[in-house]
Amino acid sequence: MHEWALAESILTAAVEESKKEKMKKITEIKIALGELQQIQKDIFRFALDEIIKEQGGIFKNTKIIIKTEKSTLKCKNCENTWSFSDMKKKISEEEGESIHFIPEVAFVHTRCPKCGSPDFEITAGRGVSITQIKGEK
Amino acid sequence: MDVRTSVIDKRLDKIKCIISVASGKGGVGKSLVSSCLALNLSKKGYKVGLLDLDIYGPSFHIILGVNDFSFPKEEKGILPHEISGISFMSIVYFSGDKPAPLRGVDITNVIIELLAITQWGSLDYLIIDMPPGIGDETLDVIHLIKKSKFVVVSTPSKVALGAVDKLLNILTELKLPVLGIVENMKINDLTLIFDYAKEKDLKYLGSVSYDWALEGSIGFPDKLMNTSFMKDFEKVVEKIM
Repeated sequence: MHEWALAESILTAAVEESKKEKMKKITEIKIALGELQQIQKDIFRFALDEIIKEQGGIFKNTKIIIKTEKSTLKCKNCENTWSFSDMKKKISEEEGESIHFIPEVAFVHTRCPKCGSPDFEITAGRGVSITQIKGEK
Repeated sequence: MDVRTSVIDKRLDKIKCIISVASGKGGVGKSLVSSCLALNLSKKGYKVGLLDLDIYGPSFHIILGVNDFSFPKEEKGILPHEISGISFMSIVYFSGDKPAPLRGVDITNVIIELLAITQWGSLDYLIIDMPPGIGDETLDVIHLIKKSKFVVVSTPSKVALGAVDKLLNILTELKLPVLGIVENMKINDLTLIFDYAKEKDLKYLGSVSYDWALEGSIGFPDKLMNTSFMKDFEKVVEKIM
């Protein structure tokens, strides 16, 4: 599962941040899952739990809060905005799976639903990120 | 907070040597040099990977005749496909043959994503096929892959060398390791590239003569190995290693 690699990146980044902030313990991590990447929350959480079990230490009793962030795509040509859920019906399962691996492949497989331009931007809800870390010093 | 860059070093830590094949100019044969370098090292018995970072014009799959574009297998990330003994990763597994009209920030995101999720495992060499120029991909490789060394390709052309010189100036300014310069498509006895290398105190890795029959071998790795290009290139590889 490719979610494992992303879960690992969350926890590695959290450890790096805790070292910068001289935290002895990470008490809470808030994670945003961008809608565009279509991460399976249960698999992602399973991966986080497994890696935390392996690492222990700084993650003992860490509260993990995962929220899905709605995606917004904005056309640079006509300024139309839309979301991944709007366009999901118009793409094949395989194209959706490609976007799951590399969200920017949306520029390959989709177009602005209003004017058909490939020149749009992902303004929200792209992929996996940490929105907040809390810890004890 | 973008978390993906935190694991890139870990993904690359079992790779002994990373070589980015770059040029300031397009059309000088970077992809062919990258592909043949990977093929040659693989045939010598080394464990080799190739990462195609030419997002707009990926070429390795064409040079090696890849026609299986199925998704990479997933195992705590994604596993490269094996092509002629080479572990290979490219955007083509997700974009197919469609164009990828990406802006700079999106190119960077693709590169970070590929580096963060690809599980290369242990390799002797990872060859990175770079796009031309000193734009996003070059800056991303410099920024994200700290242990990359560079092989620079030029043709014996003042026009190509003008752009190659700019790339080399940046690499030198940043004190990055340049293994040397390869002169590709040599068609005469002019010593333009040799003299340039000498003047810049760069290693001249040798020349590869223009191979008029090469095009017929594109798409066929076994045929490629028997071209006069590959014969000339063997001497270049010895100097790179």
